[in-house]
Amino acid sequence: MGFSRSAAGQVTVIKVDGQLIVGNRQELKALVQEALEAGSRKFLIDCTQTGYIDSSGLGALVTISKKVREAGGELRLAGLNDDLRSLFELTKLDSLFHIAASVDDALKGF
Amino acid sequence: MTGSRSPRIERTEAEDGLASVVLRIPSDIREVEPVVELMAHHCFDGLSPCQRTTFRLRVALTEALANAILRGNREDPAKSVSVRAELGSDSIRIEVADEGDGFGWPTTTPVLPESLEDERGRGLFIISRLADRVEFNDQGNVIWMTLPRC
Repeated sequence: MGFSRSAAGQVTVIKVDGQLIVGNRQELKALVQEALEAGSRKFLIDCTQTGYIDSSGLGALVTISKKVREAGGELRLAGLNDDLRSLFELTKLDSLFHIAASVDDALKGF
Repeated sequence: MTGSRSPRIERTEAEDGLASVVLRIPSDIREVEPVVELMAHHCFDGLSPCQRTTFRLRVALTEALANAILRGNREDPAKSVSVRAELGSDSIRIEVADEGDGFGWPTTTPVLPESLEDERGRGLFIISRLADRVEFNDQGNVIWMTLPRC
């Protein structure tokens, strides 16, 4: 459970294993901030192993995405199951993020 | 539990086969995930609900607990949050009560274009979309959510 960071070429991939909720959202924000300061500009949040996300987790993703964009980069999401995707749809956040079906799809042309 | 003892959960079985589950937790956001898993375990014990049903309960309960701890009790360690689930044959009514002064239903909606990039403000909106029914007491420090059990 938790976050793991890896690299796929120029892309920093952060895998969310378990939940992204009120109790751990700051950890994700810190991870991305650290990578931004180290020069990363392309981020992929891998949700293949994510159980559920709450409003705090969604809010953290919104803030992270904004920061990355302001730094001239891009953040993508991948691997959301139907339940997770429905959360993004009901909050209209699907219009704010590039959401790919899989990590491979997300990395194409990134 | 993260950094604390497991909360004591009380389960009562009524003669009609229906049950209720009650527990009390401290105002610590680290308690949220383990408590949600514990409640989900008791709410669906012996059943085979679909993934969507368990997802709705987990997310709605996470939201309610986070609201109670952060906005209700303002993480005051002297205050606690009580959780009670009444288990019906096909529905669950969950009560989450904090010891704060209460807060009102937001007057804005987080899905408007101008609100989309706000970090906060989606919690009660998500609860209202995932639960079949949502009620509050007059003070605004108790929420009841009715969710499917099958």
